[in-house]
Amino acid sequence: MNLSEEQIERYSRHILLQDVGVEGQMKLLNAKVLIIGAGGLGAPAAMYLAAAGIGTIGIADKDKVDITNLQRQIIHFTKDINVSKVESAKEKMNLINPDVKVVTYNEFLMANNIREIIRGWDFIIDGTDSFASKFLINDACVLENIPFSHGGILRFDGQTMTIKPKESACYRCVFIKPPPADVVPTCSQAGVLGAIAGMLGTIQAAEALKFVTGVGTPLYNKLLSFDAKTMRFREVNFKKNKKCGVCSENAVITELKDEEQVACDLPAGN
Amino acid sequence: MKVTVNGEDTVIEKEQLTVTELLKFMKVDMPDMVSVELNGSFLERNNFETTKVKDQDSLEFLYFMGGGSKLG
Ligand SMILES: [Zn+2]
Repeated sequence: MNLSEEQIERYSRHILLQDVGVEGQMKLLNAKVLIIGAGGLGAPAAMYLAAAGIGTIGIADKDKVDITNLQRQIIHFTKDINVSKVESAKEKMNLINPDVKVVTYNEFLMANNIREIIRGWDFIIDGTDSFASKFLINDACVLENIPFSHGGILRFDGQTMTIKPKESACYRCVFIKPPPADVVPTCSQAGVLGAIAGMLGTIQAAEALKFVTGVGTPLYNKLLSFDAKTMRFREVNFKKNKKCGVCSENAVITELKDEEQVACDLPAGN
Repeated sequence: MKVTVNGEDTVIEKEQLTVTELLKFMKVDMPDMVSVELNGSFLERNNFETTKVKDQDSLEFLYFMGGGSKLG
């Protein structure tokens, strides 16, 4: 496959980058990235990955667009209220870049279907809300050996780390197990500044692009966090947890089970 | 004693205290929403109450953050 003249123009600002070039752009066009959650984090990630020319983008979500989403989930427009999020996201990605093949999963990802869905993707972006989901995605990616980006946002804060199973610390290495259900603040109590979702989702997209092109150093073995009130960014470094339940030599998790959903229970999600 | 919490030197007028007490001292209002790394190792939350913090220890408090969209 060679780049068409139109593609050379479309991706010229990538091609101009010495580290990317035509070769890097070809890697992007041949890559498959799955975004789980078409919400606050998944929306900007999907738009940048589509614009970048990721050849195949998967998007998984079961929700419909709700008016409370529009403050931050920028891939969805006012006209999309009540439309399924994956269809709305697919429409925008194809409008941005018709090169991209979008695969939609309009379903809940659970212990009994997640491994099958994630198998075959090169990289995954976790744009989910609940801690049960985050642990499920982590464990599934470790078991299937698929690298992924973790992202979380709350109020004015965001955090992200990139995980290469077996080689770098996983989400469970750091957070061990979901917090007790009764202490988790709900969305309506917590809230989030819309642009925080854009900052964090865009970092996740950049990590995916770096991974695919092999440029730079991913956020392995470190949690990058920021507080938008001060705009201070901080990195915490760590190693794999020798007692990790899923990725250590002492792993006890060899198959997945659904944990109690611990998240905000607003119908519109976060 | 002097400990390092999230990269900042913190002086506490005590010779020893538990992780739970330190979380309280640092005014962390939801200790269940924190993962604690003590001198490079992550602690099980069940052990916060029994794990002692000593002079020169280094700790990181990492907060659980959700966000994004409901899974699927
Ligand atoms: Zn691990």
